[in-house]
Amino acid sequence: MTATAPAPAPGDRTDERLVKTSPLKKLMGRPELGSVVGAIAVFIFFSFIADSFLQASSLATVLYAASTLGIMAVPVALLMIGGEFDLSAGVLVTTSALVSSMFSYQMTANVWVGVGVSLLVTLAIGVFNGVMLTRTDPPSFIITLGTFLMLTGMNLGFTKMISGTVSTKSISDMEGFTSAKKIFAETITIGGVGFKVTILWWLALIVVATWILLRTRVGNWIFAVGGGEDAARAVGVPVAKTKIGLYMGVAFGAWISGQHLLFSYDTVQSGEGVGNELIYIVAAVIGGCLITGGYGSAVGAAVGALIFGMVSKGIVYAEWNSDWFKFFLGVMLLLATLLNHWVRKRAEATK
Amino acid sequence: MARVKTGVRTVGAVLVAVLGVTAGLTGCSSTGGKRAEDARKAATAQGKAAVNTPRWTVGMVTHSGDGDTFWDIVQSGAEQAARKDNINFLYAHDDEAQQQAQLVDSYIDKKVDGIIVTLAKPDAMKGALARAKKAGIPVITVNSGSAESKKFGALTHIGQDETIAGEAVGEELNKRGKKKALCILHEQGNVGHEQRCDGAKKTFDGKMQNLYVTGTNMPDVQSSVEARLQTDKSIDAVVTLGAPFADTAVKAADSAGSKAEIDTFDLNETVAAGLKSGDLGFAVDQQPYLQGYQAVDLLWLYKYNADVLGGGRPVLTGPQIITKDQAAELEEYAKRGTR
Repeated sequence: MTATAPAPAPGDRTDERLVKTSPLKKLMGRPELGSVVGAIAVFIFFSFIADSFLQASSLATVLYAASTLGIMAVPVALLMIGGEFDLSAGVLVTTSALVSSMFSYQMTANVWVGVGVSLLVTLAIGVFNGVMLTRTDPPSFIITLGTFLMLTGMNLGFTKMISGTVSTKSISDMEGFTSAKKIFAETITIGGVGFKVTILWWLALIVVATWILLRTRVGNWIFAVGGGEDAARAVGVPVAKTKIGLYMGVAFGAWISGQHLLFSYDTVQSGEGVGNELIYIVAAVIGGCLITGGYGSAVGAAVGALIFGMVSKGIVYAEWNSDWFKFFLGVMLLLATLLNHWVRKRAEATK
Repeated sequence: MARVKTGVRTVGAVLVAVLGVTAGLTGCSSTGGKRAEDARKAATAQGKAAVNTPRWTVGMVTHSGDGDTFWDIVQSGAEQAARKDNINFLYAHDDEAQQQAQLVDSYIDKKVDGIIVTLAKPDAMKGALARAKKAGIPVITVNSGSAESKKFGALTHIGQDETIAGEAVGEELNKRGKKKALCILHEQGNVGHEQRCDGAKKTFDGKMQNLYVTGTNMPDVQSSVEARLQTDKSIDAVVTLGAPFADTAVKAADSAGSKAEIDTFDLNETVAAGLKSGDLGFAVDQQPYLQGYQAVDLLWLYKYNADVLGGGRPVLTGPQIITKDQAAELEEYAKRGTR
């Protein structure tokens, strides 16, 4: 951005960047618009279908479900905008929780030490994914599939080797547990309704991710890398650095989720987390992220997580026959995605 | 690339610094942890072989998924018996029926002296059991498949009949005067789970509904149970089908402001503690340790003495209803991983 572009001749209206767009049209061009419309539709639908959906306590539950998913969906969306996948994200959450728990327990250390070690280990795995990807040829799909399998095996193997059982021992009687629980798994009561602290973590991540994407140079790099890696490299974008950073972002999200898991349930089952990585990707896609990269937003991914949370809990509030649970979920998700797609098409057409 | 390296190194250095500060500030925990556990079980002796029979090999193949706490206890029971009986114990598991059958085949190829197998998906295992019989390898079925065990040529079956266990739950709920119950299934499509809930429905005088949750995602389990309890305030009992989900259901009831009693299948340390404190109503135990232990021991008895137990009928290890009264005693055993 240092070189000054030649000033366009005054009155020259052919340059598309100078065409004035109305605020409405600008809004229509936002990637998250489709998902916001979808979210409103899903919200209205369940408000009519399920009586208890609109209770404050129900909304708190829906927000909790959305936040545990959204904490991962937001960094996963950033990674997808950067053109990559992370299939190891689901089990990485479990890894992160296992490391804190087992390190604290085995060393009889204050649990905060375990939490710190866990952050280090989790970010290291993110760096591993990023470095493997940028140094070698295979696509991120294969690389992170490898990491996914390795982590799944290591979660089980190490837990069994160290604890002797497949779940960790309870650390709830150890020093530091209470304060860590306050940070990662506290319930904040507002007007008699309990809101989980994960909602705050989620909101914070949305704000930080949006700021990075729209207001910093790194944000431009992410869009550029996802839009066309070679072109980005040609104009001097540090492609490898950006991608490693994105994987570290996902790892950071996994760390927060993992600590929440540990401190709200005291013990961690080593087999958990498998399959969640796809749900994070689904949330990001519903939120308007393109599978091919280069397009999307953090707010969209968060709204995608919100839709997923509303649908999965709305089905329960509506007391639909639970044999069909997964079917309903699939139908709702497809509808939300199609609506999202349609709105985006309209928006692009009116540009 | 050089810039990447520097970046990574800087981040690493910062993390190490943060970690160092954390460790320096806080240090060790004087409560709980490994040290407390070591102190607790300072004098637990590891048994030696109690017999001098040849070192036979027994292979066990279950339908357990990865990292299942229940199967961990079954396995530890089998290992304990194997140690005592001078048996070389092999264990493999796969939740896909076809893979499980292949594992049995590979044990047959290894010419083991006995096979222990679960029949969660009986039809898929039928061929494997026939091959074992042809190879002259005695088979004992455990846990699931009490109806098919004899038909498929197994010596005997050791386990709990899921329907009977479910019925016991329904009766216990009646005894406690419950009117509307919720059955939480953490694996959609698991036959044993359906049988438990159906059995409970059969004997329960009140109304019982099923709720499917994603067992591999604890926050989802919690928010789903929470959602249902918020919707229907008349639910006064929640039955979970696995020990790890009981504690989560307690948390869900708490945040939904529901007075529902939480009951569960299976036992672990947390469940025992929950029963003791009154957070949980009762647990239906099928004694997984006993299933593993008995299977190995019976194979040894068969090889050594041609003994068979059950007379062609399944040997039931459950259901045993556990309430507050037995909880204190069982908590200790659950802690060491044998109940």
